[in-house]
Amino acid sequence: MRMNRKIVRQAFYRSLPVMAGYVVLGAGFGILLRNAGYGVVWAFAMSAFIYAGAMQYVGVSLITGGAGVLATILTTFMVNARHLFYSISMIERYKNAGKYKPYMIFALTDETYSLVCDGKTPDEENADRYRFMLSLFNHCYWVGGSVLGSLLASVLPFSTAGIEFSMTALFVASFTEQWLETRDHLPALVGLLGTLLCLLIFGRERFLIPAMGLITLALTLLRGREEAAQ
Amino acid sequence: MRAALLVAVMALVTMALRFLPFLVFREKTPPYVRYLGRVLPAAIIGMLVIYCLKDVAITAAPFGLPELLAAAGVVGVQCWKRNSVWSILTGTALYMLLIRLL
Repeated sequence: MRMNRKIVRQAFYRSLPVMAGYVVLGAGFGILLRNAGYGVVWAFAMSAFIYAGAMQYVGVSLITGGAGVLATILTTFMVNARHLFYSISMIERYKNAGKYKPYMIFALTDETYSLVCDGKTPDEENADRYRFMLSLFNHCYWVGGSVLGSLLASVLPFSTAGIEFSMTALFVASFTEQWLETRDHLPALVGLLGTLLCLLIFGRERFLIPAMGLITLALTLLRGREEAAQ
Repeated sequence: MRAALLVAVMALVTMALRFLPFLVFREKTPPYVRYLGRVLPAAIIGMLVIYCLKDVAITAAPFGLPELLAAAGVVGVQCWKRNSVWSILTGTALYMLLIRLL
């Protein structure tokens, strides 16, 4: 099965909006990582193999903060738990992807998910090749952006102090967007206030794991409320 | 070497999360898992917002003002443009400016 040019071109056009975002956010990550003392090889490796934007930003502070393995496992699990649900919703769609399937599952990021989700494909026969190329293009933008940022960080003519706020900005933007998109704001408030409570009780060194526990517990208890409303 | 270990752990856990549903659920997903899928993402983003702001010093000058104003800028631009690249760029630039001024 040869990859025909039309499919590649269609996937490329479709991926262009992601290119802008990934190059910018990837570069921000590369700069942040370089400022933390880890150069271009680290930027490449993290972006190529973890390939989860928000987690990589958190990862920089885990690495510099001297986190343990267990804390890293739990944090990665919570930050990336949503990927479980992306995958769940793609079980049907990726069913017949064959040799492309493992890579497509590995490369299922938020952005790729949203592009694959809207279901526009050239034709049924080539759908999997198209989705594979789309995944690959996005991955390249992310790795390229990270490497670029890492290289730029050492030659930029101005101080990049404050660039670390891009991580905060990333999450504030996601928080705002999901707030605008949904009517039920209770989960968002549970996350925000539950974590704030744990920060006040446990202190900034060890609040994250209790916060994850509290959030899961609170949402589980709130499940009855949702079923009652239906 | 510790850093390399942590990177490997992050990569493996992330991969496990992406592959697991394809191996475990196939067709049917338990309702509790579906429920968590709906509510967890918003809560975790809320958690991460607090996580990012944990080191802000609110008791000493400039009392967390750069973070507060820059975060407000992100919210504002996000509501206006609905494009996260714009709001992140604006917020970060604003923050970099504010820490040099305040």
